[in-house]
Amino acid sequence: MINRQSNFYTIIYSALLVIIVGVALALVYQALRPAQVENMADDTRRQILAAARIYPTDGMTVSELYAKHVTDSYIVNDHGEKIDPDINAFDINIGEQVKLPENERKLPVFVCNTDSGIKYILPVYGAGLWGPIWGYVSFDSNGDTIYGAYFAHQGETPGLGAEIEKTEFSSQFDGKNVFNSNGDFTSVMVVKAGREPKDGTPYVNAVSGGTVTSTGVQNMLANSLRPYSAFLKSKSEHTEQ
Amino acid sequence: MNIPKSFIPLINPFSKDNPVIVQILGICSALAVTAKLEPAVVMTISVTAVLAFANVIISAMRKTIPTSIRIIVQLVVVAALVVIVDQVLKAYAYDVSKQLSVFIGLIITNCIIMGRLEAFALSNSPWPAFLDGIGNGLGYGWVLIVVAFFRELFGSGTLWGFRVIPQWLYDHGYQNNGMMILPPMALITVACIIWVHRTRNKDI
Repeated sequence: MINRQSNFYTIIYSALLVIIVGVALALVYQALRPAQVENMADDTRRQILAAARIYPTDGMTVSELYAKHVTDSYIVNDHGEKIDPDINAFDINIGEQVKLPENERKLPVFVCNTDSGIKYILPVYGAGLWGPIWGYVSFDSNGDTIYGAYFAHQGETPGLGAEIEKTEFSSQFDGKNVFNSNGDFTSVMVVKAGREPKDGTPYVNAVSGGTVTSTGVQNMLANSLRPYSAFLKSKSEHTEQ
Repeated sequence: MNIPKSFIPLINPFSKDNPVIVQILGICSALAVTAKLEPAVVMTISVTAVLAFANVIISAMRKTIPTSIRIIVQLVVVAALVVIVDQVLKAYAYDVSKQLSVFIGLIITNCIIMGRLEAFALSNSPWPAFLDGIGNGLGYGWVLIVVAFFRELFGSGTLWGFRVIPQWLYDHGYQNNGMMILPPMALITVACIIWVHRTRNKDI
């Protein structure tokens, strides 16, 4: 019988254990990776569609629904010009883009064909209390009015900050304008229920008990949507002509 | 009551030896996941599965584990199981895994798991260890579910996401108790369960 207390036995034992566990985890990861990637892509498609108030129904997979409604996608810069035609807008990592200065960002745009006309869906990304929060905001073809919004989070507190993913919160954004009458970008404020911004900026009610997450949503919208100002304005001028 | 002796590890954790209300273990996660009923139930299932498997594996390995690094060995086994549970959920139950993202990782830190490995699996054979894992997982779970029931009912007026407090009550001035969804009320609810439990079981 080997001495279980010896240093040699302990070192060999721990080395073997780590190797076995490491190999097992690597195998599990390799085996499950394709299914996970597909799930994640489908989840992103579902989120994009949710921003345009299109929800999966029975008998149609998310991919089919996405192919039917999202007719075009491209990347613009902060002057609203299309750039990088070779890159798929779907593959852009928004989390990395929002950290760059506004004039260096690649800004994806998803064009969605809905029952009530063409909508432009723009991704947003920011920080909540415990981790990242993100979402998609769809604009009417005038480039000013929000048609729908979808928010998600990684690990906000259930019942508090996590409520931002509920439609009770996100539907408040429907119909808000992000430009004021002078044509300046104002974004949408998220303020405590019962209060309102003094300067007349459009606002929605924050989640009670989720102040940090709510402020995170407000900052996320301002930071992620401002670079799109030129793009959105070009749409409104186009409509007026 | 006549319980077969071999089933004692399965039965005891429900009341006499309950990990939460008698041993006061796993309180931290009992606060974190009980604002709503659904995460509490999924957490119960996940902890029970991880605890049962970890107990069996550690119990099967117990004669080879060097005593000086036994805690590290337990930690590695539990961490590996939790990562596997997380990966499987991501591949086959993506929606559930998204809801529970952080909580799954937090199973590793649940003191009940290390406690049972240390106290039971290291000195018993795999079958009793398996029963002990199931028993403790469910014993932990029923407390979680009871707490979540009251917190969701009074905090949000819903159960499992469905509205149960009728609208006319709100029309007559009833309001959800915002305090219920904050962590302190979980502690107070657990304390109430302990109070009732100790009143009924004078010998504890």
